[in-house]
Amino acid sequence: MALHISSAPPISAFHHLLCFFFHDTYPEMEYASSLQRQLASMKKNLFDQGYLDEQFYQLEELQDESSPNFVEEVVTLFFRDSSRLVANIDQALQKYPQDFRRLDNFMHQLKGSASSIGAAKMKNECTSFREFCNKENREGCLRSFQKVKKEHAVLKQKLENYFQLLRQDGPVDKATRSGN
Amino acid sequence: MSSPRGGDKEGGRDGERQIHVLAVDDSSVDRAVIAKLLRSSKYRVTAVDSAKKALELLGTEPNVNMIITDYSMPEMTGYELLKRVKESPTLREIPVVIMSSENDPDKINRCLEEGAEDFLLKPVRPSDVSRLCGRMRS
Repeated sequence: MALHISSAPPISAFHHLLCFFFHDTYPEMEYASSLQRQLASMKKNLFDQGYLDEQFYQLEELQDESSPNFVEEVVTLFFRDSSRLVANIDQALQKYPQDFRRLDNFMHQLKGSASSIGAAKMKNECTSFREFCNKENREGCLRSFQKVKKEHAVLKQKLENYFQLLRQDGPVDKATRSGN
Repeated sequence: MSSPRGGDKEGGRDGERQIHVLAVDDSSVDRAVIAKLLRSSKYRVTAVDSAKKALELLGTEPNVNMIITDYSMPEMTGYELLKRVKESPTLREIPVVIMSSENDPDKINRCLEEGAEDFLLKPVRPSDVSRLCGRMRS
């Protein structure tokens, strides 16, 4: 395996040179493993900090060749629906007198979806909100809803970052093709 | 999760005809998850977002081996769908499974008394789907 390196080549050209000479082996594995370490660390933090639970793993288990982006698709569906529900709840909280049954119905839907993607912190905040709702405690609902919105926003950002990085990872053989 | 090709001993294949499951859930997230769970067991899946659409489909599509429906849906609940299916001479033999995120014993008993095949707590797991394997209408 001859390797000719001229003095101080640009990093990208050097990388391509390495890819060319070490086609199926070491360098792209080094690059891939660094990205994968970052992904693994990100995911571990999401679990350790309680943002995600076991259900997220269940979704990953369902991902396969026939639906290689299943988890991201489901999470995208979640944030599409949850954003709508959060807006509905916001609006409903402005009304007076409060329709607690309607509020609870919205929150039941939000909690259900959160549970289905393993969004643990969100699910817990939704539960708190419903407890205030059941007691018809408007102030409690308002305070609790701020927490729901906060967890929603934080989770959205974290998962967007995670999937952005995951997309960079891609199938291993992509890294060896020039012009990709 | 997937069965090996040409060797579907579990789930999907009943003789030559693929088992067809009708999934009903107003939540797009839950619909995607239950459909994927069922397809991973090699079932053919039609997923609809309301009991009304489920009944429309059942009126035109005779070959449904199981209905799996969420309990809490607007307009018509999964419980009401269950009752309609069990009251129908053409549909009553189709097993109906209810899904719910709430572990409410009264709700569960009501569904089972009305003829539900099973009651699954959400989030539904692969083991729940495996459990349904032998209970499809043949």
